[in-house]
Amino acid sequence: MRLIEPLPRALHPMAWWLWALGLATAASRTTNPLLIAVLVAVVAYVVVSRRGDAPWARAFSAYLVLGLLVVAIRVVFNALLGAADDGHVLFTLPSVALPGWAKGIDLGGPVTAEEILAAVYDGLRLAALICCVGAANALANPKRALRSLPPALYEIGSAVVVALTLAPQLVESVLRVRRARRLRAAPQKGLHGLRAIALPVLEDALSRSLLLAAAMDSRGYGRSNGAPLRLRRTTSALVLTGLLGLSLGLYGLLDGTAPRFLGGGALAVGIALSCAGLALGGRRVHRSTYRPDPWRGPEWLVGGCGVACALVMVAAGGYDPLLLHPSLYPLLWPDLPLLPLGAILVGVLPAWLAPRPERRVATRGARPAAVTA
Amino acid sequence: MIRLEHVTVTYPDATAPVLRDVDLHLPEGELCLVLGRTGTGKSTLLGTVNGLVPHFTGGTLAGRVLVDGRDTRTHPPRELADVVGVVGQDPLAGFVTDTVEEELAYGMEQLALPADVMRKRVEETLDLLGLAELRSQPLRDLSGGQQQRAAIGAVLTCHPRILVLDEPTSALDPTAAEEVLGAVTRLVHDLGVTVLMAEHRLERVLQYADRVLFLPGDGTVRSGLPAEMMTTDAPAPPVVELGRLAGWVPLPLSVRDARRRAAPLRQRLETVPPSAPRRPGPVALRADGIVVRYGDVLAVRGIDLQLRGGEVCALMGRNGAGKSSLLWALQGSGRRQAGAVDVAGRDPATVPAAEARALVGLVPQSAADLLYLDTVGAELAQADRESTQATGSTSSLLDELMPGLPRDLHPRDLSEGQRLALVLAVQLVAAPAVLLLDEPTRGLDYRAKARLADVLRRLASSGKAVVVSTHDVEFVATVSDRVVVLADGDVVADGPTGEVVLSSPTFAPQVAKILNPQPWLTVAEVAAALEVPA
Repeated sequence: MRLIEPLPRALHPMAWWLWALGLATAASRTTNPLLIAVLVAVVAYVVVSRRGDAPWARAFSAYLVLGLLVVAIRVVFNALLGAADDGHVLFTLPSVALPGWAKGIDLGGPVTAEEILAAVYDGLRLAALICCVGAANALANPKRALRSLPPALYEIGSAVVVALTLAPQLVESVLRVRRARRLRAAPQKGLHGLRAIALPVLEDALSRSLLLAAAMDSRGYGRSNGAPLRLRRTTSALVLTGLLGLSLGLYGLLDGTAPRFLGGGALAVGIALSCAGLALGGRRVHRSTYRPDPWRGPEWLVGGCGVACALVMVAAGGYDPLLLHPSLYPLLWPDLPLLPLGAILVGVLPAWLAPRPERRVATRGARPAAVTA
Repeated sequence: MIRLEHVTVTYPDATAPVLRDVDLHLPEGELCLVLGRTGTGKSTLLGTVNGLVPHFTGGTLAGRVLVDGRDTRTHPPRELADVVGVVGQDPLAGFVTDTVEEELAYGMEQLALPADVMRKRVEETLDLLGLAELRSQPLRDLSGGQQQRAAIGAVLTCHPRILVLDEPTSALDPTAAEEVLGAVTRLVHDLGVTVLMAEHRLERVLQYADRVLFLPGDGTVRSGLPAEMMTTDAPAPPVVELGRLAGWVPLPLSVRDARRRAAPLRQRLETVPPSAPRRPGPVALRADGIVVRYGDVLAVRGIDLQLRGGEVCALMGRNGAGKSSLLWALQGSGRRQAGAVDVAGRDPATVPAAEARALVGLVPQSAADLLYLDTVGAELAQADRESTQATGSTSSLLDELMPGLPRDLHPRDLSEGQRLALVLAVQLVAAPAVLLLDEPTRGLDYRAKARLADVLRRLASSGKAVVVSTHDVEFVATVSDRVVVLADGDVVADGPTGEVVLSSPTFAPQVAKILNPQPWLTVAEVAAALEVPA
């Protein structure tokens, strides 16, 4: 039987985030370099096959580089600062004698294979987390993701969107003012130079924000929001406590050593409180969404892949921790356990389950922004 | 539709009210033009209509403003968003989203319109304003005219009964301005929208107006039909001034009206020989093969240019044609990938900044970027130090350009014209042989423009080479000896103002269009010619 290919469209951003967070949870549960390598490959494959042609979609390689950098930094620091007592010495760095107040820190000395490997394993895990976040950013339009926030969080969402829009403008205006400074042959450096650049830029930013605020007000932003003060306070309190619970819960979930009630319990309470707050807050909001992203079958499947992957890995960790954390003492070649491997491979399914992104035919009638600068 | 009853607006710390006891009634479906010099309260008047004054700006409003039956005292701007659409001077500053389509939908989302209505209205508005091909384009990449149309579209989707436009064409080239005005008149004709528009560039808009509101500056507002108002002391475009000079009654408001009556005038002028062109001095700046590129985009494609002392040269062309890039490259502070500039044997790009500004001075488009101190006096003193001139040199230069500017004012509180004079003084104190000005006429009213023209002519007659980039054809006709037209990074026309401007339908000033085929450019020229008895 031939599956009918769905029409090209952008998947709901939240589905991609759910998938990415699921894989991130899975990555955080293991230090097995083979599993991590498979996971990064899975993430990269999905990104390459399902990303659009927008500028943010090209950012994934930057996250990969950042991940490698994290591994490198960890290795260097471990080699420099690690205190190896036993193990296979690879080479010996010249030892630096530190003064008395820095007792307990060893700078230099012998570097062992175990030490380096531990750093690599840990660094790889962190790099995998970064890749997952990068994948979500590459696959889902960050601004559309903010748009699909619940109505009660709309204000926060639009503040972030405005900030994201204004940031490049700020850079532009710094460049413009710097260039203008040369016209006056004024000093560019030192306190005087800083003032000469910062002041016009800040004044510019301030007047822009005022103009934007006036424009948003004229266009109906914040309309009919005459909610009583008490309702607003209750909403804020509920949402804030809920978010606190959510953070605690996620921490508990991601850190395998945390007590179990912290993971499940706090998460459940957090979700419940947040939902109550959002529902209460959403009642006072009168707003609609233009061309909302639909949540259909593919969204369930993609999100489900992420969640399934995370659940299997968490369960597998509880079942046999040694499978996911290869032994360093004694130094052993890591195994490739089948169950976790299968779980991670579930994560690659969205490369086929998600609809293809819509390609925009570029009408390049407009001129690039650089020319006007 | 809009009713102002005894409206008086006073800002805090102001000695006198901006608007004083204004009584107005604007009926539905009128295009109403607001005239007045800078600082007479045009923006305040526009702001009262949707409640931004005083809800957003502060100050007190006495009296009552009724908009479609709603009182702005009890309705803040957001509650009037479905009745009044406001488009500010700089459309880019008012955009909330990224792409054209999302921007069109934003206002409707705030009004909580159902999704199917939104979709339909977005498509209708895209067609109405000719934005359909641009629907998924980022707003920042659009040209000025497209941005202005997108901003108008973004408020139109809420189906407002009133559209308030603050200088919609001031930053646009002539063609883009026509585009925007065409769209606005279509709204008035087809949809019956009431439009309230403030604009300094009268020559572009007067012919479309049904009513003129004139703010003389004492806080009052005079209202009347355009032809009536033009017989008073309200600012007037060249077509009306020519009509006043020739004694035509009723006064013509459009080039077409005037041309039909101009036959006798043309006959009288036939016998008068046009004045001889001014003779330019020696070459002050020689540029060869200037190339400016941003990544893959070529902004300037190998331009050769010679500027002569004693000559005012106007640089014209569409937004994005490479005018700014060329000016910055000539000054030496901007990019230049290839080519050479020679001013008195030196290249301003290779010498230190202090020397470069003594060779070529540039007043950038956003002149305020050059100012960063608290008072005018402090800026002047700093300019003396920077150019190692005697204390007070800049100050006396400023007095020549604009006498009596208070030294204790903050540069931000100056009007556009005053700020331009200050920056001009700061740049001129280094005594450059070549002076470049990037769009100095933006936001200037008629009087400030006339003063600037006067200053530039004086500078040229003192032997400096002056280059002005501008979209203002009337200003070019008054001030320049020579016009260089850029398109897509190339020079497409270069010659005496008369020749270049007369042969182009977009760049011809009103007087030239009326008296065509005779080579008159300004009312002043015609007046001078008529005074010399034949």
